[in-house]
Parts: sequence; structure tokens; C-alpha cells
Amino acid sequence: MLDSAANVAETVAPDRASTAPLLEIKDLKLEFVSGAKALRAVDGVSFAIHPGETVCLVGESGFGKSVTALSIARLVASPPARYPSGEILLRGRDVLKMNKAELREIRGGVVSYIFQEPSASLNPVFRVGSQIREALKLHRPEVANDAEVVRLLKLVGIPAPELRLRDYPHQLSGGMQQRVMIAMALASQPQLLVADEPTTALDVTIQAQIIDLLRDLKERLNMSMLLITHNLGIVGDIADRVAVMYAGQIVELASANDLLTQPLHPYTQALMRSVPELDHEDERLQAIPGTVPNLGAFPSGCRFHPRCPKGRRDCPERVPELVEVLPNRWVRCFYWDKPIPSPEEALNPNNPVLLQSREQFTGS
Amino acid sequence: MNNLLEVKNLKVHFPVKQGLFSRVKGYVKAVDDVSLELKPGETLGLVGESGCGKTTLGRAIIRLIEPTAGSVHFEGEDITNLEGPELRARRRRFQMIFQDPYGSLNPRMTVEQIIGEAIDIHKLAESNSARQKRIAELLQAVGLNATHAQRYPHEFSGGQRQRIGIARALAVEPKMIVCDEPVSALDVSVQAQIINLLQDLQQQRGIAYLFIAHDLAVVEHISHRVMVMYLGKVVELAEAKTIVREPLHPYTQALLSAVPVVDPKSKRKRIVLPGDVPSPINPPPGCPFNPRCPLVEDRCRSEVPALREVKPGHWVSCHVV
Repeated sequence: MLDSAANVAETVAPDRASTAPLLEIKDLKLEFVSGAKALRAVDGVSFAIHPGETVCLVGESGFGKSVTALSIARLVASPPARYPSGEILLRGRDVLKMNKAELREIRGGVVSYIFQEPSASLNPVFRVGSQIREALKLHRPEVANDAEVVRLLKLVGIPAPELRLRDYPHQLSGGMQQRVMIAMALASQPQLLVADEPTTALDVTIQAQIIDLLRDLKERLNMSMLLITHNLGIVGDIADRVAVMYAGQIVELASANDLLTQPLHPYTQALMRSVPELDHEDERLQAIPGTVPNLGAFPSGCRFHPRCPKGRRDCPERVPELVEVLPNRWVRCFYWDKPIPSPEEALNPNNPVLLQSREQFTGS
Repeated sequence: MNNLLEVKNLKVHFPVKQGLFSRVKGYVKAVDDVSLELKPGETLGLVGESGCGKTTLGRAIIRLIEPTAGSVHFEGEDITNLEGPELRARRRRFQMIFQDPYGSLNPRMTVEQIIGEAIDIHKLAESNSARQKRIAELLQAVGLNATHAQRYPHEFSGGQRQRIGIARALAVEPKMIVCDEPVSALDVSVQAQIINLLQDLQQQRGIAYLFIAHDLAVVEHISHRVMVMYLGKVVELAEAKTIVREPLHPYTQALLSAVPVVDPKSKRKRIVLPGDVPSPINPPPGCPFNPRCPLVEDRCRSEVPALREVKPGHWVSCHVV
């Protein structure tokens, strides 16, 4: 683990690219067009994934995590989606410029997906064995046989795989179905596995099994992984690096360890404080006030300003950039290193987090 | 202190029907012999994985599902067999908040109508102006304001809708609210708002909660006592802090260890349980947890363990502990 962390640190800076990144997303913008209106769901997202690395995209619903991930294999229907600018370089080639034949090749061949609801992703009228065989036929026709299917099912920890391959999806539990999905995604031997909330629909104990399985597989198969989640606990379990998204933009990008031990962006900090943790003292949760902004109604300037405890008068007017504020730590905030604002300077003087931290400040 | 709610040996069995004549093939024992008590102003957390019967238990207690056996006493009165207007009158004292803030509000009714309906049914307002004033007060109590009364549910976000659901429950001044996964459908940043609101309301009004959720961290945060269920049975019951710090039942231990921890330095050892929750139609003989239990012994496969008090206030059903 230590080695890979050092690796990551070395390869993050673009000028020190000792190993070429497997995936490099540069200034990606995605809009959904409806009539004369264009709603920008992803606004200038940039990040890279290196071979063997796991990157987590964290954020709440509607912030563009899933469409960013789906764009890697161009799985967002277009229209209504369009890409006004940006590049998605997969092994150095821009996915946004590929033709249909090239896209077919990378879908499964280079990047595979698993989704939140395994029961909705599996075809209910085919046996799971034949569904996995179908993936093999497309990508590795020479081994499209039961022996390989059994090997894959065994790889993902399904007991008695010889029997299970004749099951229909409804005969399997949710955790087993997700294992089948993973086996199917691995059938084509992808270099990048994209997992979109793979455990959200599962029970806690099953969730732990699946996360352990994914971590084990990416190490054994030396895959890269892009994991989308809203659960910060999962991030600590599996990620090398984390990108936190808010309203279509990355607001913080750092190694998982740095981000979880010392978050720098006010949104990341607020998000971590608002989640109850086991066996912590019974203090009141510091809720983030206000509501999650809707697509098409993102606030001006810094998009977090209406809910931000650190917001100052000029935050609604100036748009912050994602800046490398410390080595390998990227933050989109003007005031990340400034103390909490005084009542005169504060944009949201009644923000509960602000009030509470001021109380603590004067109290101590 | 007298108990607000006393549930004794409650069972809810659903028949499984099969074949042309819908013969009863067996029973799903969704809730199997569960007893619990709730004091006024107390929060009892109910955790377990999906299918363990926690929602069924919550609904059976407030008679949304008919119990098969056992009794429910509320404020000392047996409500298990009440019907019609009598039951309706008692329902003023206990309410429910649902998981899905989208599905549990009628989209064709304004907020005023949604909250006002409860006030009308129980005739809690003497005049129209009193009714309006009351609705405005309720909206304020849950962090909305009076101008929201004329709007429809679709105009609100998930968190705001959950607030409307809470205002509706509060409208009849209940002594107890059954909260069925009240925050799991909400965005992470909004969950804390609702949890804080529920805690504030409890302090101001002394409402008792039966708080059903699968997220142990949330349950531990809000509850005084926590009850862990597995396959329709109670496996452990104790103070919230005790459950988290000294869990005794192997299932509780595994459940706790599976909760992902944010702190990367945490060196907690994870107990990964093999297999899945067995089907409640064919529960394994003996202790229902025995096929997945790391401590399993011979008698676990034949004898059903009884729930016993191992320390004051700490109940466990396990042969080995």
C-alpha cells in the first residue's frame, strides 16, 4: 500500500509523468440540450487515473459524477448530451473523437462498468452463465466456454460456480447478482473498471464483502478503478485518490489519506462533519444548511457559497479555479486557508457551522 | 417510569401460497416473538439488514399490519384488538414517518391540505383561522415557513418533503413516532438536518421514537437504546453506547465491523460474514444465525437460543456468549 501511495504522489504532477496515465480527462464539459436551453451537468472536470490506481468520485446526487464516468465510454446518449469542450484521453486517444467501431472496441475491451442495481442490469430471461458467455464471445471468443465462465465466477467468490451458471438472476441474492455483474465486467479483461455506487443497494455486511472483493481483484489483476460513491467510509477502504464533486465541478482532489485526515475545502469539511460516526461523542451533528442545488440553477461564483461557513462577500461574484494549493492537493476555494470570517466579512453570518466554530473559538 | 409502549411476544407470520388453489405452503415469520418496551421521550433504534423484519415490526406495532399473535399495550391500554373509530382515536397518540418522502405525500394535495387532513380527522381546530395558525406553527417547527402551505409536494426537495412528513405526524401531537428509515433516501448533507430536527423535537415535545434504520452510525447517534434484529428475531438489545463498545452477539459484532470508517488510520479488524441472510421461509433450525456464525457450536444447530439478560439492561440471544 505504501509503495502505491508513493507512486501516486509521483505521477500526479503532469510534468513528472513517469508512467503515462491510463485515463486522462481534461476540462470536460457536458451539457444536456433541451430545446433552446442547455444545462451544464459537468463543468470543467479534469483528473487522471494511472495504471493500477483507484480513484473515487465523491459527491451527492445530481452533481455529475455518473455522467462523467459514463462519458469515458461515451455511454451518455447524445443528443440530448453534447460535449462543448474537453478531452477524454483513454490510453492517449480521445474518446470524444472516436467513431462507432473504435468505441465498440474500448467498451468492455478497455473500460467495463458495474452499476448500482445488479437486478436491473442483468437480463432476467437468460441464465447468468450465458450472459457472461456473451461478454466473452464479444471480447475473447477463443475462450467463450463454460470452463472460463466457471473460472470467472470462482474469481468473484461465487460458491459452487458449476451449478450457479445455470441459475437465472432472480435465483441469486443481491450480493451474488453484483458478483455476477463483476464477473461479466471482468470477462473482457478491462484495464479500467468503473463502479458506479456498486454497494449502495446492498446490505452492510454484503457491502463489506463486495468492497473487499473489488480491492482484492484490482490488486490481483492490476486494474485501475474509478469508483463512484457518496459514502466517505468506502473511500477510506479502497481509494488511492479522491475527487470531491459539487454541482458539476471538482472542488477538491487529493490522496485519500490526506483528504480524509485533513480535508481542505469547506464542502468536504462540512460533508465529513455532517455524517455521524460510530462511537463518537454525542455532539450535535453539524448539518450543512440549505439544499442541494438543482441542475440549471447552480449558484453564481463559487457554487457552494450559499451553504458555506467560510463564504465571504465576494464569493458569489468570483469563480474560483481548482488550484494546487499544496503538493498534490487541489482545492477550488479562495479562502480555504483563511480563518473563519468575522461577522462583517461573512457572507452567511447565520451559518450554524460558522456560529458553532466561533463559539468554540471564543470559548477556548 | 411507566412504559409508554409495551410489546409482548409479537408475531407477524405471512402465509406463502402456492398452486392452483392457493394452498398455504408455509409461513414467512417476518416477526417472530419480539418483545420490547419504550419509555416516554425515549428513542429505541431498530437495526438489521433488509428482510430482518424491522419495518414489519414497526408497522405491526401501530396496527398498519395485523399481528398474528402477541400484544401491544400503548399507555397501559391493549390496542391489539381495537378496531374502527376506537383504533382511529388512539392513532392520534402514535404516528409514522416513512422512508420515501416522494411516495408518502399525495402529489395532488397542497401542504396545507396534507397537514390539515390530520387536524380535521381528529377535530383539533375549532375554526378555520385556528387551523391555519396551527399549520403555520407546525411548518415553523420543522424549519419551513407559513408561505409554503399553499405549495404542492413536487415544489420541494427531498429533505423539505421529509420535513412536511414530520409536520404531518406532529399535527396530532403524538406521544410516539415510528420513523421508518427517515433519512436513508436523502442526500448525505441533508440527512444531518433531519436527524437534528428529530432530536430537537424530542427535546421540546418529549416524543418517543421507534427509529428503524439500517445505518448503525445514524442509529447509534440518535438512539438511547438499540435493538438488533436478525431473521425476525431480536439478537441483542442494549444501551446505544454499549452496543457499539461492547457488542456481545457475533452478528452485532460483524455488523459493526462492516460499517465503513472514514478515518484511514483506524485499524479496526473487519469480520466479513460468509454467505447471505437465509430465506425467512425456511430459516435454519436452531439459532437463525448459525450458518454464518464464526462461533458456531453443535447445539446452535438444534436449539433456539433465548433472549436473556447478561448484564443489567443488556440482552443477548446466543448460546456461546
